[in-house]
Amino acid sequence: MSERINVLKTYKIFIGGKFPRTESGRYYQPKVNGSPIGNICLSSRKDVRNAVVAARSAFEKWSGATAYNRSQILYRIAEMIEGRKAQFIEELIIQGETKKAAEKEVDTTIDRVIYFAGWADKINQVFGSVNPVATSHFNFSMLEPTGVVGVVSSESSSLLGLISSICPIIVSGNTCVVFISESKPLCGVTLSEVLATSDVPGGVVNILTGKRKETVPHLGKHMDVNAIYLADSASEFKESLRLDAVDNLKRIVVGKESDLYSNKFENPYIVTSFMETKTTWHPIEIISGSGSGY
Amino acid sequence: MNMINTPKVDKVGIEDRISRITKRSLKKEAKMEGLKMALNMVDLTTLEGMDTNNKVSQMCYKAMHLHDEHPGLPTVAAVCVYPNFVKLAVNSLKGSGVKVASVATAFPSGHSTLDIKIKDTKLAVDSGANEVDMVISRGKFHSGDFNFVYDEIASIKEACGKARLKVILETGELGNLDNVRKASDIAMLAGADFIKTSTGKIKPAATLPVTLVMLEAIKDYYYKTGIMIGMKPAGGISNAKLALQYLLLVKETLGIKWLDNHWFRFGASSLANDLLMQIMKQTTGSYQSANYFSKD
Repeated sequence: MSERINVLKTYKIFIGGKFPRTESGRYYQPKVNGSPIGNICLSSRKDVRNAVVAARSAFEKWSGATAYNRSQILYRIAEMIEGRKAQFIEELIIQGETKKAAEKEVDTTIDRVIYFAGWADKINQVFGSVNPVATSHFNFSMLEPTGVVGVVSSESSSLLGLISSICPIIVSGNTCVVFISESKPLCGVTLSEVLATSDVPGGVVNILTGKRKETVPHLGKHMDVNAIYLADSASEFKESLRLDAVDNLKRIVVGKESDLYSNKFENPYIVTSFMETKTTWHPIEIISGSGSGY
Repeated sequence: MNMINTPKVDKVGIEDRISRITKRSLKKEAKMEGLKMALNMVDLTTLEGMDTNNKVSQMCYKAMHLHDEHPGLPTVAAVCVYPNFVKLAVNSLKGSGVKVASVATAFPSGHSTLDIKIKDTKLAVDSGANEVDMVISRGKFHSGDFNFVYDEIASIKEACGKARLKVILETGELGNLDNVRKASDIAMLAGADFIKTSTGKIKPAATLPVTLVMLEAIKDYYYKTGIMIGMKPAGGISNAKLALQYLLLVKETLGIKWLDNHWFRFGASSLANDLLMQIMKQTTGSYQSANYFSKD
């Protein structure tokens, strides 16, 4: 009997809940210690465009879902990662981690998702407010998601860094287009398979692989992207993105890589960075009519 | 030509040609010119039960001022409304060169008496419509009563006077491409100035294969009689890429003479904005957001 030939996996991109190949048809082979770890799509400008269209069309339904529902779906993501723990650990090891570090990264990743899942129905309770005003109005402020967020995810932390970017963005109802680690893309692509089977509606998270130099500028200039999260504060794109963002006043949020494992990364202000405040002036008959003091 | 033995359509051949058309793309200057040409061929349309005077006058304003921050854009070809809004549209568009088209003849079903259909047409024409979009009686067509369909189109043509008549075949209800060819021939013989695919109320509406069959019918009719007939695909054409593919199809089937809004139109409501977004993308280099373009 002839020797069996292994089937090598082709890692595809994730747009609108589907797994297309890149429109460009190009591939690259990231290497660890000199040997290639997979065939990865080199996404193009048009993949960015398609991903933003998918994210925009998913926004209305996702932001309109109940906070409770979003919370459940995030929790489901954590469950699915748990189920694929062995695969994630294996891929982290292929990407050059030690077994011990890989296990720690996957565990922290799962905990991180659960942490942010909890904020879905609490963020407005904590950060929304009833405001004292001197006129006959009931005045209150609510936080709303910003819209489509572009993410330039961590280059070095390919799973924990990635999940710590995505969760605080989508938990409030934003949708996102994510560039995952260029040199360590395996976990990111596997995460997209998790997302596809976790009840996350198609288009809420779109995952692109490839050379960031080619694609990030198109995201920065895109008029339909409302905010950008740059995971790495030392990123080469920091200045150029700030300039490109001017046209439609994108919000640029820069993360702090060194905090990834600390509980500094578990705080709700990351969630509010991607939210906008809407204040409503609701006319009432008499101020303090109910006898309350606000 | 007779109405009974119209040519049979080679469905496989049609699909093969369409698949080659859809794999081609226009770039740079040619794309820009194509986008502007397509914009100039749009019949900006509102045909909803909830249309109001304000909706119609707002759409007329949009027809004249597509995106004022980018100078040098053409206007659309026409606005398309129900007959009772024609007067308002004519007044709103005075002096702009944008034409007013009105649907008539018990649109969209076409179920009424000839008398009422003629009155409907006259109401539109007397109110100042430059163009009338009529629907054929699909029920009669399917019963094989082609003479009825022919006579009806001829009567409406007479009622139109100087207004140009577009005949809607409602291809989504015709069943197959042979019927599309037959209905096209009947409409042209009966005096249509334009043949049009759909009302926009039935799915599928306009498709590339159906349009190609109709364009071939127009070509044959032109070779036999020397008379040019216009073409209007309508419904379901909502993005610029698809619009450019239609232009390619027209250019390759009928030639450059038909690449003019006197002979070719798009019936659409959301296409204009996508064309504008693509024009701005070509101009600025950045992908655009619908937030920065007026909705109607």
